[in-house]
Amino acid sequence: MNSDRRRDAVLLAPGLGWLVLFFAVPLVMIFIVSLGSRDQYGGVVLDGLSARNYGRALEPDFLPTVLNSFKYALATTILSIAIAYPMAYYIARYGGRRKALLLVLVMLPFWTSWVIRTYAWMILLRDNGVVNSVLGTVGIGPFQMLNTDIAVIFGMTYGFLPFTILPLYVAIDRLDPALVHAARDLYASSRAAFIHVTLPLTMPGIVAAAILTFIPTMGDYVTPDLLGGAQTTTVAKVIQTLFMSSKDWPFGAALGFLMIVITIVGTVAGLRFLRREVIG
Amino acid sequence: MGGDRNPLLRLYAWLVYGVLFAPIVVLILFSFNDSKRNFAWKGFTLRWYPELFSNNALLDALWVTIQVAAISVVATTIIGTLLGLGLARLQNSRAAGTADTLILLPMVTPEIVMGISLLLFFNMLFGANGSIWQIAVAHIAFSISYVTIIVRSRAVSLDPRMEEAARDLGAGAWAAFRYVTLPLITPAIAAGALLAFALSFDDLIITSFNAGVGSSTLPLYIYSRIRFGVTPEINAISTIVVVGTAVVVLLATRISSRRAARQTVQP
Repeated sequence: MNSDRRRDAVLLAPGLGWLVLFFAVPLVMIFIVSLGSRDQYGGVVLDGLSARNYGRALEPDFLPTVLNSFKYALATTILSIAIAYPMAYYIARYGGRRKALLLVLVMLPFWTSWVIRTYAWMILLRDNGVVNSVLGTVGIGPFQMLNTDIAVIFGMTYGFLPFTILPLYVAIDRLDPALVHAARDLYASSRAAFIHVTLPLTMPGIVAAAILTFIPTMGDYVTPDLLGGAQTTTVAKVIQTLFMSSKDWPFGAALGFLMIVITIVGTVAGLRFLRREVIG
Repeated sequence: MGGDRNPLLRLYAWLVYGVLFAPIVVLILFSFNDSKRNFAWKGFTLRWYPELFSNNALLDALWVTIQVAAISVVATTIIGTLLGLGLARLQNSRAAGTADTLILLPMVTPEIVMGISLLLFFNMLFGANGSIWQIAVAHIAFSISYVTIIVRSRAVSLDPRMEEAARDLGAGAWAAFRYVTLPLITPAIAAGALLAFALSFDDLIITSFNAGVGSSTLPLYIYSRIRFGVTPEINAISTIVVVGTAVVVLLATRISSRRAARQTVQP
């Protein structure tokens, strides 16, 4: 028994220790620094802690930036689920023996570097890019697509689609088709069977997919920067600027901490909902 | 059910696959385009590829990326495998519940938050301003969870009686692990190591906050270049990265699935 415990400690200690030291402690530091202020050289001053930076985050002139972030994340999440659900349904229900291959094909673009994929969209969407050239040959356009909200939402949806498809696939694959057959035998139309059987039973997958898509889009500053253009502001982009060029770390830390709070509230609310839906 | 009974859905699926791959195909195609400005097709050329090898900034960035990925993969695979095995043993205990939270949190934390938190940690506690080691520590921190989850799910699915049988036949604890459990979880470890490599090789956001002078990685280099526009050299280096990753991923999926199939014990 005693040696078993010692062995478990040896197995767990390096991993948990690493996560505490290099994940948990740094997160605590975000909170501490967010209460500080900056000196004139861009350094961090920690005497006289106050919540002033959080007040700045709630000021009216910062509100459009926050709303912009939410708009991108929400639109991306909804669009991703709308695109991914039929896709996951197809793989789970009609994939047959090729299920594994079909899933690998979904994952393959995801293995490609994030920057490179975003760059590929720049080539496609530029004013004189591939899409406009193709449209031009049939006499439509050109349209401005790069540096618009649509480009950002498309880019994010493209980038995070595997995160949306996989949880949905797991949920739909786990659903016993006999339940749908039973509904059909009891004279439910295929649409009614989908709304009253398939959809509620795969709701945990939808919630998981929503969380897994919403969170990374909130923290992504690359897509808004490259596809949305220089004038697009999101919370993540502002954090990046505050840390890397304008050197106001305490305000950046406060914004980062708010992002953690949103993430945790979102995840916990999602899990609550799951528990109620699944158990209750 | 089964079979292709829904042609409309099938068409839709292939359309989505098309959209998933189209940008990458276009990217690769334009790396062979004989035009500096990259707008329209001007004929086939290979000239952008040799030019890459005389670009020192790019080669330096590639070398940094490889070093970081090597350190990260080795450390992450060892630490994550130990953690995955330990948690598989401790299933359903209270300690495992706490550990689970600590493992899941890095996966749901926005990358930018992890990036700035590590920047604050290294800068304010150690006065560090970014280096290969700092990047590697950050990469290990966000990759451990993935390896742990993959290895644990495999270890949990193993029948404990197999290791017990080895012990009954006189194997020591180490020998039973080495000759029974380890071969069975090797595909999971390989898959985890591969994922750790891809995560490290690809990471931009966390790296951008922890890189310093002389430790710019390939994604950082590409990002700084494409902010100023599209060039065929960037298409060429991107093509090499894309094709390289695809080959590694496909090979590894094949190896690990073949091994898993061979080692599945029929009840």
